[in-house]
Amino acid sequence: MICPSASQLSSLALLGFGDCGWGAVLLAGFVNSLLIAIGAYALGFIIGITGAFGKLYGGPVGRDLWASYTTLVRAVPELVLILILYYAVPGLINEMLVSIGHGRIDLPQFVTGIIVLSVVQGAYQTEVLRGAIIAVPQGQIQAARAMGMSPAQVARRVIFPLMTANAVPGLGNQWLNATKDTALLAVIGFAELSKATYLASSATKAFFTFYSASMLLYLIMSLISIYFFGRIEKWARKGQRSSAR
Amino acid sequence: MLNKPLLTQETPVAIQVSDLKKNFGEHRVLKGVSLTARVGDVVAIIGGSGSGKSTMLRCINFLEAPSGGEIRIGDEAVRMRPDGAPSDRRQLERLRQSLGMVFQDFNLWTHKTVLENLIEVPVHVLKIPKDQAIERARETLKRVGLAEKEGAYPAFMSGGQQQRAAIARALCVEPKAMLFDEPTSALDPELVGEVLQVIRSLADEGRTMVLVTHEMRFAREVASHVIYLHNGIIEEEGPPEQLFGAPKSPRLQQFLRSLG
Repeated sequence: MICPSASQLSSLALLGFGDCGWGAVLLAGFVNSLLIAIGAYALGFIIGITGAFGKLYGGPVGRDLWASYTTLVRAVPELVLILILYYAVPGLINEMLVSIGHGRIDLPQFVTGIIVLSVVQGAYQTEVLRGAIIAVPQGQIQAARAMGMSPAQVARRVIFPLMTANAVPGLGNQWLNATKDTALLAVIGFAELSKATYLASSATKAFFTFYSASMLLYLIMSLISIYFFGRIEKWARKGQRSSAR
Repeated sequence: MLNKPLLTQETPVAIQVSDLKKNFGEHRVLKGVSLTARVGDVVAIIGGSGSGKSTMLRCINFLEAPSGGEIRIGDEAVRMRPDGAPSDRRQLERLRQSLGMVFQDFNLWTHKTVLENLIEVPVHVLKIPKDQAIERARETLKRVGLAEKEGAYPAFMSGGQQQRAAIARALCVEPKAMLFDEPTSALDPELVGEVLQVIRSLADEGRTMVLVTHEMRFAREVASHVIYLHNGIIEEEGPPEQLFGAPKSPRLQQFLRSLG
């Protein structure tokens, strides 16, 4: 079917899911963004918790390795880092693989996107979590050790629950960053929300409509996230007196 | 000077510290101190600020790793490396489970209610069935006068209540001996009495304890043996009547005078 030109369609029709609407493209971009953010955030959390304990208790070598990682990643602009990690690093790895007689590995763009963003997330989350662990009162850790808990039990039963309350505000920030960092993947041609918005608006010239819609989607995602992180924080702070109300 | 056992020589030893040394870098905090607590003994460690008394207590359960010497809990020596660090983590954890420790700052776990604090180690470390642990915890709370506080979070209790809850937590592991690290030093003066009363009742039922304290009158009343530490060495020790009634060392005389 031949669509009438964009100027003859209402905004609603442009955003609709019909044959002439771009709603499906936008929505697919939104879902992609969300999935990438979730994946990068979760992987970043695993890196972050390992990094935080590594930086605090990893011995001199572990400490230095993690410190180099967090310093480097936080020093380079994220956009540059994404380009390096997306174009330069896989090329390097593949050259190495080929030189040892191994075949090339080509990961789907979706997976590479998650890995690239998780490297960034991991560095920031390492610092958030390290701060949260430091803020756990030493006396409560000592009480646990004095009563014969093993290091793993101390971590699980005392440090983790107590650090959660300290970590939630910072981790909430990092989640919001993760959702918006997905937009940077547009530069590598990945069809996330920003890229989808760009495609839709340049095809129809309805820039205002599509960018407003995309802004609204980012906003909704943020508002829902903020609500849930608030709930988590309230739960994690049980037993604490609120310092400001 | 040798410790004079309160009971007989045959009374088994609960805690024995021999020639304990502890350095923090260049700073020698303990220069070879010894202590014997037989079952039923109440050993009080007194001394001025910086004398090493808290460090001595914290070395008993290796919250501070000694720099030298030997620690025996019951009939077991804590296995340690030449530099003093514990070498057998599982042994240390097992021995720690037989010592109830009470801290100056209470150190209750703030994310748990009082009852959860009391059953934490019994259930998750000692693997006692939960209903049994709860039952014992409730009895212990009743004993320290906190029966109605079992659902409260520590942050919402007074210092005296928190410290009594902390003592109850230490009791719930059914310790063979108890360690008190200045248990009333962080309390408002009017709350000291309620905590001392609980500790006294424990002494009266014949519990073994080592107690670091600034409460001289209390030490005199409950201790069976008193150690006066000064600059990392034992300046004088003996039964409380002797130490407080007729101190020999000029330093101890001066220390007691300074407290009025």
